[in-house]
Amino acid sequence: MRYAETGIYLEIDLSRGNIEKIQSDPRDTELYLGGLGTNAKMIWDRVPPEVEPFSPENLLIFSAGLLCGTPAIGCNRTIVSTISPQTRLMAFSMMGGFWAPELKFAGYDKVVLRGQSPSLVYIYIRDDKVEIRDAAHLRGKGAIETAELIRQELKDSKIQVASIGAAGENRVFFASIEQGRSSASRGGIGAVMGDKGVKAIAVRGTKDIYVARPEEFLKLCQEVMDYIKFREANPIPGVMPILAGLGSPQEMKVHDEKWHTENFMWGNSRVRRKDFWNEDIARQWAETLDAMRTRLISCYNCPMKCGATISPPGHPTYMMKCFSKLTYTMAAFADLEFGLKIAQKATEHGVDGFSAPQVMAFAVELYENGILTDADMPGFPSNNEERFHWLLERIVHREGIGDILADGTYWAAQKIGKGAEAYAHNTIKKHEQLPLKLSMLNPIYFLMYSTGEKINITQIEGQFPQAPFPTREAREEFVKDWFQVPHERFKQYFLDWEPRGEKSMPFYPTVEMCCDIVDWQERMHYIDDALGMCAGLSSFPLKPPYHIHNYPKFISAGVGIIMDEELLTEATKRYRTLVRANNIRRGMRRVDDKPPENHWKKRFPELEKQLLDAYYRMKGWNLDGIPTRESLEALGLDYVAKDFLERGILKEGEEAGLDPSPSETAHQ
Amino acid sequence: MGETIKKKIKRIKIDVNKCNGCRSCEMICSAYHASPKYSSNNPARSRIRVIRDPLRDIYIPVYAGEYTPAECAGRDKYVIDGKEYEECTFCRASCPSRPEFKEPDSGLPLKCDMCEGEEKPLCVEWCMAEALVYEEREEEVEDIPQPEELEVGLESLANKYGMQQLLETVSRMTQKD
Ligand code: SF4
Ligand code: SF4
Ligand code: SF4
Repeated sequence: MRYAETGIYLEIDLSRGNIEKIQSDPRDTELYLGGLGTNAKMIWDRVPPEVEPFSPENLLIFSAGLLCGTPAIGCNRTIVSTISPQTRLMAFSMMGGFWAPELKFAGYDKVVLRGQSPSLVYIYIRDDKVEIRDAAHLRGKGAIETAELIRQELKDSKIQVASIGAAGENRVFFASIEQGRSSASRGGIGAVMGDKGVKAIAVRGTKDIYVARPEEFLKLCQEVMDYIKFREANPIPGVMPILAGLGSPQEMKVHDEKWHTENFMWGNSRVRRKDFWNEDIARQWAETLDAMRTRLISCYNCPMKCGATISPPGHPTYMMKCFSKLTYTMAAFADLEFGLKIAQKATEHGVDGFSAPQVMAFAVELYENGILTDADMPGFPSNNEERFHWLLERIVHREGIGDILADGTYWAAQKIGKGAEAYAHNTIKKHEQLPLKLSMLNPIYFLMYSTGEKINITQIEGQFPQAPFPTREAREEFVKDWFQVPHERFKQYFLDWEPRGEKSMPFYPTVEMCCDIVDWQERMHYIDDALGMCAGLSSFPLKPPYHIHNYPKFISAGVGIIMDEELLTEATKRYRTLVRANNIRRGMRRVDDKPPENHWKKRFPELEKQLLDAYYRMKGWNLDGIPTRESLEALGLDYVAKDFLERGILKEGEEAGLDPSPSETAHQ
Repeated sequence: MGETIKKKIKRIKIDVNKCNGCRSCEMICSAYHASPKYSSNNPARSRIRVIRDPLRDIYIPVYAGEYTPAECAGRDKYVIDGKEYEECTFCRASCPSRPEFKEPDSGLPLKCDMCEGEEKPLCVEWCMAEALVYEEREEEVEDIPQPEELEVGLESLANKYGMQQLLETVSRMTQKD
């Protein structure tokens, strides 16, 4: 008997219309856990670097995390993995909501799509019954609309539907997969779904999910619940509201957006509006939100209420995900009302709420600087808000200039030429980032931005405070009940961290400390992504209920495998390295590990070099960012080492960390 | 007629405005009723169901009441606060016409037992939104014996297959031993 997981995944060949139920190897669970871990293994085994994102051989894997469907609070993530059309690297985006537990209850851990369907279809999974159904009538329909239509068609209000909108169908490089109140947005995985000819996957399950040691498991859940209650009643003092609690409910619950609006860049990530927030705006925005927000809502088995139902006057109701409340607003220099209205359309079309507004603002900037002209954009409105609606429609339908912009800023700039490249400056590995620009280099963030392969800073940063607290007393207070640290030394790093003077950034925390901190934060995110846990209760907030000390217990009692902190750390390192290996095999090198071009005004090239060198060394990679043979073998990844040697990526006899000449060219 | 006795009345007060649709209540109810306790969970076995229709802002936790052998003849529609509801949305019965409150494998009806043996109903404990509030009071009631779970199950089987067939099956089964 398999615990926590079902041990079965669905393999659907869309070219031939073939559906198979395949038993997974329990040994893989011990080595790679589930979710991201086993996805990375599958991509390694089955998607060699020659395979193009839009090719029948590319896989699109929907995986419920290892603990999804168990009583573990907030464990509801679907991890979707494929090769991204935009980065051409391995993409792994996550969605919360209700889909992953439902898949488990239907009896499956993963749905693996391969091939390409000759016509538009949707997949219907109801326990043992799995069908590929015609979706011709759903072509062009919105993602949320599609879910509703499928629910009606199948006469079951409890079906959970993951679907794409027009953007996915038209293979927009930043198309998302939407699912009720959440979406998997990064990496353009919606485009791969569209390329495969799959409009939606509808799932409904009525089976049991077992845990290995029930009483123990429930007790752990109870502790998490008690801690959530405690933190609700005791927010962390001295940090901004978004960091004081758990989840990200602030975005929907809290009216005060001073911090986000004044600290993030507006437009095409260029302008910081330092004095934007005032009483008038505060009142206006509060009125807007109150008028349109119907209810605060949660994902499966979680009390945090990070989402909201929004009903903009004259527009259909939709469910908003936390930060997209502001992304369009700020990109268009508009007000919240505009943001909430255009987000409804964008959600239906299924586009990434980080990338889409950035791409649109980029187009506006190119137009204003004469690089795009009326000849390229006939009928382009003069009003900024109308411009954004105009662009959105053209992008998702790939019409005219929209066809070029639909590839994202990096590829669009290459096509447009005439100096457009200079305006595509907010990408990492060719993918748009949060429009955040700061004055002086932050060494911890430098490492996370540069080396994070999830392509999204908020999904890398986490349990270590973002900045030093002003006084020693405040810091001492903070470390008092900081039991989540993997080791006592982290407390010392923080205690000694001063806002100014010798022990301040960028030279404190030291290079070694920075690596240590990043490694901890990264490890937590990778654990979450394998278990299917929401980062909002684990890797993202300060002092969360899930941490390195209780996770092994959850895994042991839930899955029934032997797990402790050391084994868990090693497993995480194993599949983190495997994600890297997938990308290395696709040509990624040190030269690609860099933050957005002008992210910090004041840079420190020598320090940055030291940071990367030290981080690579800690990870067991050579100076070009390639995992060495020794470190691969130590993790049991001999097959990766063998492949690297065969491909000439690693050379026989080369010693760890001694590669003297990091490659100078970016991969294409 | 039974005699009058003092009885603890257990109730759950439901505030639909507070429900966030998380379905924790369904999860924990099914886990509690698994055997051994908490060894598995499956919302399809829960004795509380959250009727959710997010786009119409409908979130109604309903817990299972008596089993009814017949479905109702008419089904009224209600409009509350501009939202339209079918009568079934509020109904606590498991009946032939809806899948709610039936064991997914056997089709046998489920009924909320207020988590017999526990101090407080577990769905209430797990609902951090406070949409479910436990209330207790003493009341003078007539002591009418309530049918046990087994009886409810048998009754529904009898309704489904007929008493004769049920008796025959039971006697055949007992002879096998
Ligand atoms: S913390 Fe928020 S985003 Fe995370 S599972 Fe809970 S409701 Fe969903
Ligand atoms: S646990 Fe409470 S908030 Fe969650 S669905 Fe049930 S009644 Fe609603
Ligand atoms: S009181 Fe107990 S049995 Fe009744 S619905 Fe709640 S959890 Fe289930």
